[in-house]
Formats: sequence, C-alpha cells, structure tokens
Amino acid sequence: MAITSIKNLKEFSTNNDRFEGAHLLCPGCAHSMIVRELMNCTDDNLVISSNTGCLEVSTAVYPYTSWDTSWIHIGFENSATAVTGAEAMYKARKRKGTLKDPDAPVKFVAFGGDGSTYDIGFQWLSGAMERGHDFTYICLDNENYANTGGQRSSATPIGAHTSTAQAGTHSYGKKQKKKDIVSIMAAHGSPYVAQLAPNKWKSMAKGFQKALETEGPCFINTVSACTTEWKFDPKDTIHVTDLATDSLMFPIYEIIDGHELNILYRPKNIIKVEDYLGAQGRYKHLFKPENKHVIERIQSDIDKNWTMLQRREEAKI
Amino acid sequence: MANEYELNDVEVWDGNFAASQALRQAQVDVVAAYPITPSTPIVEGYGGYVANGYVDGEFVMVESEHAAMSGCIGASAAGGRVATATSSQGFALMAEVLYQASGMRLPIVLTVVNRALASPLNVRGDHSDMYLGRDSGWIQIDAFNAQEAYDLPLCAFKIGEHLDVRLPVMVHQDGFTTSHKAQNVYPMKDQIAYNFIGKFVPVDEMLDFTRPVTHGAQTEEDWHYEHKAKQHKALMDSRTVIDDVFAKFKELTGREYKRVETYMMEDAEVALVLLGSSVETAVLAAKQLRDEEGIKVGIVAPRCLRPFPYDLIRDALDTTSLKAVCCLDKSAPGGAMGALFNEVSAAAYTTKARPLMSNYIYGLGGRDFAVDEAKRIMKEQVAHANAGHITTDIQQFSGLRGPKLGFFQTRRG
Repeated sequence: MAITSIKNLKEFSTNNDRFEGAHLLCPGCAHSMIVRELMNCTDDNLVISSNTGCLEVSTAVYPYTSWDTSWIHIGFENSATAVTGAEAMYKARKRKGTLKDPDAPVKFVAFGGDGSTYDIGFQWLSGAMERGHDFTYICLDNENYANTGGQRSSATPIGAHTSTAQAGTHSYGKKQKKKDIVSIMAAHGSPYVAQLAPNKWKSMAKGFQKALETEGPCFINTVSACTTEWKFDPKDTIHVTDLATDSLMFPIYEIIDGHELNILYRPKNIIKVEDYLGAQGRYKHLFKPENKHVIERIQSDIDKNWTMLQRREEAKI
Repeated sequence: MANEYELNDVEVWDGNFAASQALRQAQVDVVAAYPITPSTPIVEGYGGYVANGYVDGEFVMVESEHAAMSGCIGASAAGGRVATATSSQGFALMAEVLYQASGMRLPIVLTVVNRALASPLNVRGDHSDMYLGRDSGWIQIDAFNAQEAYDLPLCAFKIGEHLDVRLPVMVHQDGFTTSHKAQNVYPMKDQIAYNFIGKFVPVDEMLDFTRPVTHGAQTEEDWHYEHKAKQHKALMDSRTVIDDVFAKFKELTGREYKRVETYMMEDAEVALVLLGSSVETAVLAAKQLRDEEGIKVGIVAPRCLRPFPYDLIRDALDTTSLKAVCCLDKSAPGGAMGALFNEVSAAAYTTKARPLMSNYIYGLGGRDFAVDEAKRIMKEQVAHANAGHITTDIQQFSGLRGPKLGFFQTRRG
C-alpha cells in the first residue's frame, strides 16, 4: 500500500525507515536520497536487488548491511534478472501455497547505476522488460562509472571529462551523445517509464508509487548528481540537480504504455545550460574559447529535445 | 496441483528426456533457462510439461545463459527449488554467475550436457565445459548413460538442498552419446521420486518478510578468505551426505552409485581412469581383454568430480597388483597435462606402490573413442608395467590424425 501523504518532506523522510543512514556513500551523494524516497513511498514489503556499483559496495559490506528489507546482489549486470527470478519464485510459491505469509503485499525493485543499466546490464534489463515481470527498475544515473573512479559510460554526456574520455589539448572530453535510455525502455512497451529527479521529490515519490502500483515491468531513470566525479561541493547536490532540471538537461517526464508522454515539470524560468555546466568541474574545459562549439551543441540538443517532448505530449504519441 | 505423468516401468528415453523427467518429478519451483545444443531438449521437454499441466512452477525463458543462472540465483534466494540446463558456450557464459551461486550457498541443480568449447565451434561432446566448472565451487556428479542421467538429478536435489550442504550441484552427461541416445530407463513413479527428494526447506529466504536478509554482500581481505574456506569445507564435508543419499537411493531402487566407480580393480595390473560415457566403452574393452588375452585390466571412474574423491581414488589405486595407470582426459589440455591426470596422480602418489602414471588426451570435439582403441591403450599400459617405467611420452593423444604428438618423458627408466 502506498503512503498517501507526501506533502511534508520532514514527515515523509522519516516514514518507514528501511534504509539505514550508516552507509559508505560519499557525503552529498544523491543515491541515498533516491533510494530512501523509493523505500519511504510504500508500506509494502520490498524485495530489492542491486547491481554492482556505488550503491551496492556502500550498503552491504559484510558483516554490515544498510538494508532492513530483503536484498540481493549478484553481479554488475544482472539485478533485473535477480529480482525477476525472485518474482517468478513468488508467483510459483504463491500458487503452490508455500509462502509463509501469502497475503503479505510485496513489490520487486531493481537498482542499477548508469554503467550497469546503459552498458553492461543492458541485455539483462531488456530481457526482463520483454518477459513482462511485475517489477520496477530504477537507474541511478550519475553519468559515469563512479564506483571505479569516474570512467565514461554511454550515459556520459558529450563534452564531459572522465578518466577514459579526458579533456586535454587534443580533446574536449567525451565525443559521443548520451544514450536515450528512456525512449529505449518505452519502446519495450513498458506500461510505465519515467525520468525523475530527487530535487523534485514530490513528483519523484509519485512516479515511484505509480511504477510500484502498475502491474508489469516499469523503468525509471533518476538523475543522481555525483559530487565526486561531477566535481561540485557536497552541500550543492540539490542545487546542481535544480540546475539540471531547470536547464532541461534532465527533463522530468513519464511515458505511459510506450506512447502517452506527460511532462511532469516545466521550469518557470528555463536557464541556459552554461549555468548547469559551469557549476561542475567536469565541464570546466568547455569554457575555453576553442570548446565554445561544444556548449552550443549541448544547448542545441537540449532545445530540440524539449521541443520534441512537448510535441509528443501534445500529440499523445 | 500438477498432473501425474503416466509412466511405464521401462521407458525408452535419451539422456536429455531422462533429465527433464527428473526435473519434472522434483516439482521444481522455478526453471530459468536458455536453449543450447545439445542440452536444448531438456528445456523443451520441460516446456512440454508446463504446457500440459505436469508442473505448476514457473518456467522463465530468458535471453542468455548468464541470465538463466542469474534468474536461478534470484529465485533460489527467494526460497524454492530451482534448476536449469546448459552446455558448452552457454556454460562458459554462465561461468561468472556459477561462482556467485556457490558462494551464496544456493542449492541450484544444473544439468550439463557436455560439449566442446569453441574455437573452433563444435557441437559434439567432450568435457571442456565440465572441466571449466572444476573450481566453481559446485558439486559435480557425472552420469555415464541415460538411466544415470535420470537418477542422478534426483539425487542432486537431495544432496544440494541438504541443510548440512546447501551447495549447487551439476549433473553432467555426455553430449549426443548420452543425451541423444535412447536407452531403456527405469523411472520411479512421480510420488515416490518426489518423496525421495522431499519438500524444499527454505533457508534465509527473501520472501519471509519477518526476517529481512541481505544476499550477496561484499567481503574484502578481512572476511573473504574465511568465507571461501568455509565454502571449501562445506564441499569437502558434502562427501558423507553424497554417500548417504546414494545409499538411500540404492535402498529405494536397487541402483547403486559411488563417488568413485571401480570395475575389476581387485586384481588389476593395469588400469584406465576416465569419465563419462567412455567408461562403458572402457569396461567392455577391459572385459574383452581379460577374456581374450588374460590381461588384468581395471577401470576407475570418478562419479563425483567435485568434491574430488582424493581418498577414494587413492584407495582404488592402492593395491599390490596395480603397476600402471593411464588417465584419459576428454578436454583440450591447454598447455598442461590433463586435469584428471594431475589430480589422480596426486592421489596415486600417496599409495604404497605408486603405480606408473601416464596421460592420454582423447575424444575432443566428439572424436570417436572405440573399444579397439581402449584395448590398445590398455596394452600399452602392460608394456609400461613390464618395463617398469613409462615407455612412451607421458602425455599422448588418442585418435589424432597427422604426426604423432606427445610430451615429457619419465626419468624412472
């Protein structure tokens, strides 16, 4: 059953505390905010899986665990498969009458970083979506392999500096565009797909609730600002995320049944992407004169994408 | 409730169908699988049971073998009986998660239909995939024919799920020679087979919400070593449970299995050690040589590859009559002596008489291994025994075309 009152952040944040604060995530990491929102937005029992990554290595180091709920980690690529295996077992045992409490409500949730979601676990995620299990996959998208020290992933935006796509005298950082994972997941025919951000916590909690309540495989891409690799002060996580959503670098929207697109947040004042890029060390080199064209390209891509999202919303396609 | 399957006292099944029937009778809760030659008919057979109400578990056809084992791990951690099947490249793709399954102590049963590993691509049977699993922390049991391909998965559930064991179990059979060869198989009635295995007892299950559990935690240098040592101990200690399950199975069916099968070893002067369907070929050759030429040949076949039966191999080779032993490895040795040779030689070194040890690589990619060739190798052992040392290269190749290939010579001559 979902928590109905998500008006008061203080109240909401202390509700149903199943993710212990004593974890090893960096100060200012958005992962824990997103995970707590997920766990706070429902009273149902949770079976959670995590891919290898920052979240996993920071929350289940033997003999400790941050998870006061059923939790499993197998490898870098297979959290979707792990949790859907558990979901299949739930269905089998419910049918056979071997569950200890057959009436206990339960939701199945998989977490993965962008490396495991966009890259190494892409096939496992796609397979689980196609099979139609009743689960929700949440990508904690910090746009790089942060757990291993900040290498490029296919979620890294063009122009960002990473340790394997470096900015230098002959390079402006990553050359390729970010993969559009939300469209790809919507194209699977998923009943509910969304891109959400922890600064817009009410829409995030509602989106999570919608995904959990929707039968079938749901996917949510969440923006998880990375203080360590994006290079900003840990106290500025929400500020940087505000700049991300208000510049429309990360538009907040949902797609229902693979086609019905709804924009969930329209910035009153859309800011220039320069303001977002300038707040992070990973884009510092873009402000050199020779890299000006990259910022122009990013802004142009954002403008086109925002136009596309609005047209799709109007057309309901 | 699943429908009962009408079975005759004797059925004509190939190894694949025999294995799928065992999975059906075990009333597996979740089968997560992906097809691959030559194990595909196990999964297809199971699909038939699902479609016709003979099982009421979940059948999850995933997008790769890696996902198959990943799904099995998630399902097993959720507290039920789990099984799957694979071969060769699929087994290799699973390799990462095989280690996870054993490290997480999840009693999954994997029926492996042995097939060569590419490259070059080859669908025929050899033991490359079985050998790839040697260090994965799974119990590995080897079926030599279709009857055993039915019997041993039933035993595997009972062994792996035993609360003193809690380890995943592979049951191997040879691709095509066993998997696709129809033979007489004596099945048990459904209820008898199920009762033999017993109900699944969940341990630390993810679906008991009164007691949240964390599966697959991280350990670094402070705890990893202890964890792996305990896992090794569990494997080693499973020997007594395996023996006990085999004893119970014999009581029920009259069919006897041992962790090491021995044939005519009591007075044997030379012996072959080998695995899989070739064991029957070797036993036949040994009987013929005894009848035809009075050569006292014995056969040793490790039924259980893991935990490796070091003690029982030693016991089998620790006779006063035995002079020369040849270990036959059906896997590309990749720059080493055959793995079976290495492990059996280590056990033989602890015997009083220390027989002469030599190694043949054979049967790669399904190359035939016939009775005449087995006899030739046996006679070669007699020559070693008479000379008192290995008279050929220590590692040789059976049935290989082109120039003779061999490596290393003894200094005992």
